[in-house]
Amino acid sequence: MSALQTAALIVVAIAGTAVVFTPEVLRQAIMLGIYGMTLTVLFFVFQAPDVALSEIVVSGVGMPLIILAALRKIREQDRRRKHEESEQ
Amino acid sequence: MSRRFRIGLFALAGPGLTAVLLIGMHGLPAFGHLHAVTGLLIDRIEPHLRHATDIVTALNFDLRAYDTLGEEFILFASVTGVALLLRHLRNEDESRQDVRGIEEHRFGGASPSLRMTGLVLIPMMVALGAYVVLHGALTPGGGFQGGIVLAAGPLAILLAGRYLALRRVAPDWALESLESVGATAYTLIGVGGLIFAGVFMKNFLPLGTPGKLLSAGTMPLNSIAVGLEVTGAFLLTWTEFFDQALLVARR
Repeated sequence: MSALQTAALIVVAIAGTAVVFTPEVLRQAIMLGIYGMTLTVLFFVFQAPDVALSEIVVSGVGMPLIILAALRKIREQDRRRKHEESEQ
Repeated sequence: MSRRFRIGLFALAGPGLTAVLLIGMHGLPAFGHLHAVTGLLIDRIEPHLRHATDIVTALNFDLRAYDTLGEEFILFASVTGVALLLRHLRNEDESRQDVRGIEEHRFGGASPSLRMTGLVLIPMMVALGAYVVLHGALTPGGGFQGGIVLAAGPLAILLAGRYLALRRVAPDWALESLESVGATAYTLIGVGGLIFAGVFMKNFLPLGTPGKLLSAGTMPLNSIAVGLEVTGAFLLTWTEFFDQALLVARR
């Protein structure tokens, strides 16, 4: 295993742990994107550039955006529920 | 379930899982020692048999094309499921506003520089995506990887804060037809093998010169078909989610 591959593995381990220990969901979504970038580098140095290509879009854009959309929807519903409760 | 109970559960399950993993990994071959006979064999004979320079694409679209057919329809069915579910929710809302009535949906935070970045990103992503799809049989990449980059291109419009412009570029009917045309085309290429070579999914086109854009028989066509489907599928999922989050919630 080359030094580059070892370094990539360590960085992925650190980033993955950081995602788990990020407290707020919104920040976690962004951390997830960063974790995806480290995974992309990992795939690339382990000679899987095609997997790296799809990983960079899926985890860099795809997943965080869907989480953001879901978060926004949940907050909107919460706000509406509170609004209705205060009216009654 | 209290916090204490959960920590206790983890204290039991965590070491157990680690132990099982360690026992399981003990028998694995060491790093860098490949014992995959079939893999090494395919690596050796594939370039002569199929004239593709990217073995991964040759596996996906030729040697195991039937497998990819299944994956195609898993993607198709799951995206259809997401669209059905979210659209059902949207239609339940009786007081839903007509989307066409709103001229532009802007995010508060989309600064001019962000919009400019989005504008620059669109052609670059689309060009890279098209390149990866078309060169599937030559360089790393192929239909899935290229399709997903292609789908991310229009998404830059969303990042630039113009969601309704994205809906105008990529309306539902266009995305749905992209997805179904891609899935149908892939199946039809397989049927072509049945008609012209007698075997379903057999590579029936002339193989050409290795390294040329038009080589490896049906692989470039398969790659384009998968690329179209993946582009449609991913954009459809994203736009369904964002329709829910941005448009339905606006009232």
